[in-house]
Amino acid sequence: MVLSATDKANVKTFWGKLGGHGGEYGGEALDRMFQAHPTTKTYFPHFDLNPGSAQVKGHGKKVADALTTAVNNLDDVPGALSALSDLHAHKLRVDPVNFKLLSHCLLVTLALHHPADFTPAVHASLDKFLATVATVLTSKYR
Amino acid sequence: MVHLTAEEKAAITGLWAKVNVEETGGEALGRLLVVYPWTQRFFDTFGNLSSPSAIMGNPKVKAHGKKVLTSFEDAIKNMDNLKDTFAKLSELHCDKLHVDPENFRLLGNVMVIVLASHFGKDFTPQVQAAWQKLVSGVATALSHKYH
Repeated sequence: MVLSATDKANVKTFWGKLGGHGGEYGGEALDRMFQAHPTTKTYFPHFDLNPGSAQVKGHGKKVADALTTAVNNLDDVPGALSALSDLHAHKLRVDPVNFKLLSHCLLVTLALHHPADFTPAVHASLDKFLATVATVLTSKYR
Repeated sequence: MVHLTAEEKAAITGLWAKVNVEETGGEALGRLLVVYPWTQRFFDTFGNLSSPSAIMGNPKVKAHGKKVLTSFEDAIKNMDNLKDTFAKLSELHCDKLHVDPENFRLLGNVMVIVLASHFGKDFTPQVQAAWQKLVSGVATALSHKYH
């Protein structure tokens, strides 16, 4: 799977319209994931996972910032996320199936807040982008 | 078998009452074909699927989307017995259509995204969680008769 020039343009343009709400959306996506897919909570025994949790909001901002880094480096996502890739491989070891779950909840969140911009073509590009990020984050697992 | 609480069922039926079955079905199926282009292999007879706008505007896609979502209505009316409700459709999808069950999960998730885009803040995390259980239950029921 390769991000075409159109995909990159779609992702950059859409991300530019988030208006500084990226962190908020990251938190919301995590919240949705914990509620819809409770097995994901296993990676956060040290967190208060109740809706509105400050820890979840803080972590959501971390996730959003990492995605923004990827958006700003679409020509070299592996390079841009190399440290995070190491972290997920050697320390966090999040089972790969969970990236699909978080990606889905991110798409739900983005579609909800920006329905007009979330056209089918943009939806496809964002899905590919998140899949690319997931692949990079699991690339050093073994 | 999926077990939905009374609260979850209420969340589902509450939202469903406001869904435009025809439009939502067409949009969900259309987006499936755009976002996961390999699913187009099941729709050779549908004509022009050459671009996102061709797909979303294709009358056969819209009609089939409506069919799919109408059968989802059966799911909502029979949330305690999805297996029997979808027994015939499960046989059809396995024996005649040869659709890989993974596609049911993909379509279910696309539907959830479409509902989110239509209902905005009303599509709360709790409502989403209930719908995820339902679409997962439908996907499982449709896979049940596979062999």
